[in-house]
Formats: sequence, structure tokens, C-alpha cells
Amino acid sequence: MATLTYETRALSTAEARRYAASADRRTRLFNRCCTGVLIAFAILWLVPLAWALDTALKPNAETTNPTWLIHNPTLESFRALLAEGDVLNWYAASFITSAVVAAGTVVTASMAAYALSRLRFRFRWLAFWAILIGIMIPSQVLIVPRFRELGSVNLLNTYWAVILPQIPIAIAVFVFKQFFDGIPKDLDEAARIDGAGFFRAYAQVVMPLARPAVSAVAIFSFVWTWNDLLWPLLALSNPKIMTIPVGLATVQGTYGIRYADTMASAILGALPLVLVFLLFQRRIVEGIAGTGLKG
Amino acid sequence: MATTIEPPTIRTPPPARRTTGTRREARPLGHGRPALLMLAPFLVLYVLFIVGPAVYGVVMSFFDTSMVSTGLGTFAGFDNYGEALTSGDFWAAMWHTLWFTILTTPPLIVLALVFALLAERARRARWFFRLAFFLPYILPSAVVALIWIWMYTPALGLLTRTMTALGFAEPNWLGDPDWAMVSLAVTTVWWTLGFNFVLYLAGLQDIPRDLYEASAIDGAGPWQQIRMITLPLLSRTTSLVVVLQIIASMKVFDQMYIMTQGGPNFATRSLLEYVFDVGFTDFRSGYAAAASTLFFVAVLAVSTGWVVMTRRQEPEL
Repeated sequence: MATLTYETRALSTAEARRYAASADRRTRLFNRCCTGVLIAFAILWLVPLAWALDTALKPNAETTNPTWLIHNPTLESFRALLAEGDVLNWYAASFITSAVVAAGTVVTASMAAYALSRLRFRFRWLAFWAILIGIMIPSQVLIVPRFRELGSVNLLNTYWAVILPQIPIAIAVFVFKQFFDGIPKDLDEAARIDGAGFFRAYAQVVMPLARPAVSAVAIFSFVWTWNDLLWPLLALSNPKIMTIPVGLATVQGTYGIRYADTMASAILGALPLVLVFLLFQRRIVEGIAGTGLKG
Repeated sequence: MATTIEPPTIRTPPPARRTTGTRREARPLGHGRPALLMLAPFLVLYVLFIVGPAVYGVVMSFFDTSMVSTGLGTFAGFDNYGEALTSGDFWAAMWHTLWFTILTTPPLIVLALVFALLAERARRARWFFRLAFFLPYILPSAVVALIWIWMYTPALGLLTRTMTALGFAEPNWLGDPDWAMVSLAVTTVWWTLGFNFVLYLAGLQDIPRDLYEASAIDGAGPWQQIRMITLPLLSRTTSLVVVLQIIASMKVFDQMYIMTQGGPNFATRSLLEYVFDVGFTDFRSGYAAAASTLFFVAVLAVSTGWVVMTRRQEPEL
């Protein structure tokens, strides 16, 4: 019995090595094929963006000649859009609303999360569940009552109409709470022993440690506000204060067959987000993976 | 809230930290005031713009509220709901939404999974894949719509010309009622695939390396590894991706609003666009609120179904 076991084991190790070596070769070949196929798909995925850029760099007249080749490359479409249209106003509207929402969400949600994570009070469970339920409510079902609500206080067609409803993002509270729960309580308790109030412990001890959560929530609320269409479309009808998506959606018919202008406007609308993406690529991807799987 | 006693600033000295628990039990409701102050900014906005409108909407759905007059209007009982549930337009919109979900969900899941599996095998160029697949996802819907309207433009669009160059009859992408939804689905797959791709990549990273190494020693090839190790261990990610995808597809509005305006001949009018139309074109707030509530119930049913199903799966995993 003993010898038998010994023999099988010896055999299997030798065999295993050979297997492993051949499997290794196969795997490497397979991996290379995979990379090739995926590169083809990735290029395919970039074609629409490249085509939009290509079109935007043509003079309007040349867009009816549908080739990738540009005979007279020009930035004229971009110049015209920036000079005559409301594009700069849209940029301002999008930047102001998105930045204020991002800041507002980070501050309010992190404070609420700190209370839920660290403080003990009678209606903690109620606050917790009330906010949790908010994750289930899609903001799209609220457009009709919200429109009446903001109309009745004359806030429609102001930046506030876009900013205020987007600040209370329930999921942000839970992203912060989860992060705070992972920070040792000893740290802020030490600060409290030194005489700091809860707010100081939150602002000066916990928040500086929560930078990953802060940046994830800030980036996401910024991008969501920047990209949102349905609510700003209803809330803003004055072209001077429209956000970029609303402006693009509203004027898309008016360019008619000026395809280069249309694509230039699309590129201008995309540009800030492309920059955000290139700067924060890792944070965005980690944020999705983290909140998507744990949330 | 009831107790407003501040905890003493000087507490038991640090060595007694272990006793924290007992001290807390002695005064369990100690932080009412600071808690209220810190929760207040969020809760005020939350009540004003989430809870308030939600309640207001449900109330409104039982009235003949109109956009052009103030007040709730006359009480209508369940009339709005009855009308919606017997309305051909409502069910058509429901079907369009479902059809869009059916057209987008399988490719968005299968392609994202396949791309993630391929990317996992690629040693280099990961940043390039992330860029290519994920970049479209963070673009505004309006930008995506403008680009794809141009892609689909009859005679001139890149996609139109590719099809004719390949010898197919020129499809009228957005103008043909039978094709419009497919075209919107293609655009949506291109746009949002990156999100699922990233979720799958994260799921793949959680699979322990040694499983692959052990199976390789046992002589398993790549295909067997995928079938016997990767897919089963990804099932949690898949169930999450599926439910997020279904809910996202149910909420579709932007693409239709910009690219087809719900047409041609209302063939692509989704549920949200129906709400938009009856609420803001017909000015029937009460009825639109009822349709919104029905939409919410549908979304809630999907997420509840998911929770129930994953609960049942959990012990096996």
C-alpha cells in the first residue's frame, strides 16, 4: 500500500510538470489570441468617437463626401460654436451645477454618514432605514411632483432647480458610512478625549482619512449631474442657463445638415468628461467596482 | 432627540477603553443633539426633494391634478390607475420598454463578460481596453445621441455606408418602426457596455489565482478553466450585473427623446417618455403621477425579485 502510494505520487509529479509545461505553452498562445481579438473590438468601439472627431475637423461642405480623409482640415466649426452660440453659457451652467452638487453631496452625505456610523441616538434605526429606502426610489418617478414643487416656489429656470434635488443622493451616505465603519473608532475617540467635539472629530480626524470615499462620491455626483438630461430638461427652458446635455438635445435639430458643426458641438460637450476620465480613471473604475459590488 | 445631555468632555482614561461598551450601555441615547445637527443638512434636502415628492406624487395620483392649475383638483380615486391599466398607449409604452430591455440586456451582459474574460488573459494594453470600452459610458447621453444620429444618417452615415458597402440594402435605421428600437439598442450597447465590463473585471480579480494554477497542473486548458472555475465563481457578479442592467434598461429615456422622439409612429416611446408626454405635453399631472407610480412598482418588483432570488442562492455559495 505504502509503495503504491509513493509510486503514484512520483509519477504524478513528473507528469504534472509535463502537463503544466504544455498547458503553459497552450495558455500563452491562447492569451495572445485573446489579446488580438479584444484589440479588434476595442478599435471598433473607438470608431464612432474617431468618426465624430474626423467629421468635426472637416468644413461643413466636405461632410457630404464621406471618407476618413480630410482635404481641408479646419477648426472653423469649433470657432463658430464658441463665438456665436450659447455653448459657453452651457459650459458655465454645467460646471456650476455639477461642482455645487458634488461639494454639497460630499458635505451633507458624509456628515449624515458620520452620525450613523459613530453617534448613538434614539432614532438611529429610523434615519438609517429612511435613507436606505431612498436608494430604491428612481429619481425619474419624481419628476412630476418635483416640477410642481419647484414651480410653486419659483425656482424653475434657476441653477437651484438643478442643484438642490440632486444633492441628497442616498447611496452616497452608505458609501461614506461603509468607509467610516472601517476607520478605527479609537482615532476619533482619542480626539474627543483631547476635548474635540463630534464635529471636529469628523472634520479633522475622520474626513482626512476618508479621501478615497470623498473622491469617489465627488467624481460620481459630478459626472451624474453633468450627464443628467431628464430633470434639467424640465427645469431649464431658458437657453442661457441650460446645461450642456439639455442644450445639445434642444438644438440638435437646428444645425440641420451642418454635420461638422453638430459633431463639433458633441465633441465640446464630451471634452470636459474625457478630461475627468483621463485624470481620475482609476478612481472611477474602483468606485464602480467597490460600490457596485458592495452597495 | 429626547435626551440632550452632552457626554462629558473628559472621559475615562485611555487604559479603560475596553469598558467603552458598558459605559455606552449605561447611556445609550447620549448623542441626540450632535446627531440631529449632523444629519439635518442631508435629511432636510432628502425630505424636500426625495421623500416629499414621492409622497406628493402618490397623493397626486389619486386626483385629477393638472399642470396648468394650482391645487390637487378633484379626487379621482383609482380612476387614473384604471385608465392607465386599460390604456393601449400605456401598455404599448410598457411593451417598448420591455422590448428595449430584451434587446439590450443579453448583449450587454454576454459581451461585457466575454470582453472581461479576454482582457483578463491579456497581459498588456489593459489601459487601452478600459479606455475604449469605458470612455463612452461617462459621456452625456446627448453627445452619444448626436454621434449616433450622424452614424445612422441615411446615405451619409458611417454605419449606413458600411452596410451598403457590404452589399446589404440600405437600412433606414431610425426611420423604420421595425428597426428604430434595434438601432437604439445598438447605440445603448456601445454606450453602456463599459459599466458591466468594469464590474466583471473586478469580479474576475476576486477569483484566487491558485485555483487556476491547481487546475493547470491537473491539465485543464483555458476553456475548461473558464467553464469550471471562472463562470461559477462569477455567478454573484452576474446576478448583480443582470439586475442593475434590467433596472437601467427600464429607465430608458434619453436616447429615445433625442434620437427618435419616441417615433417613428410612437414605435420607440418608452414608459418614462410616456410619463413625460402625458405629464408635460398633455399637462395631466395626476395621471402622469399614477403612471410613474406604476413604473416604480415595476422597478421595485424587479429589485425585490432579485433580493429574494439571491437570498435563496446564498447558502449554496
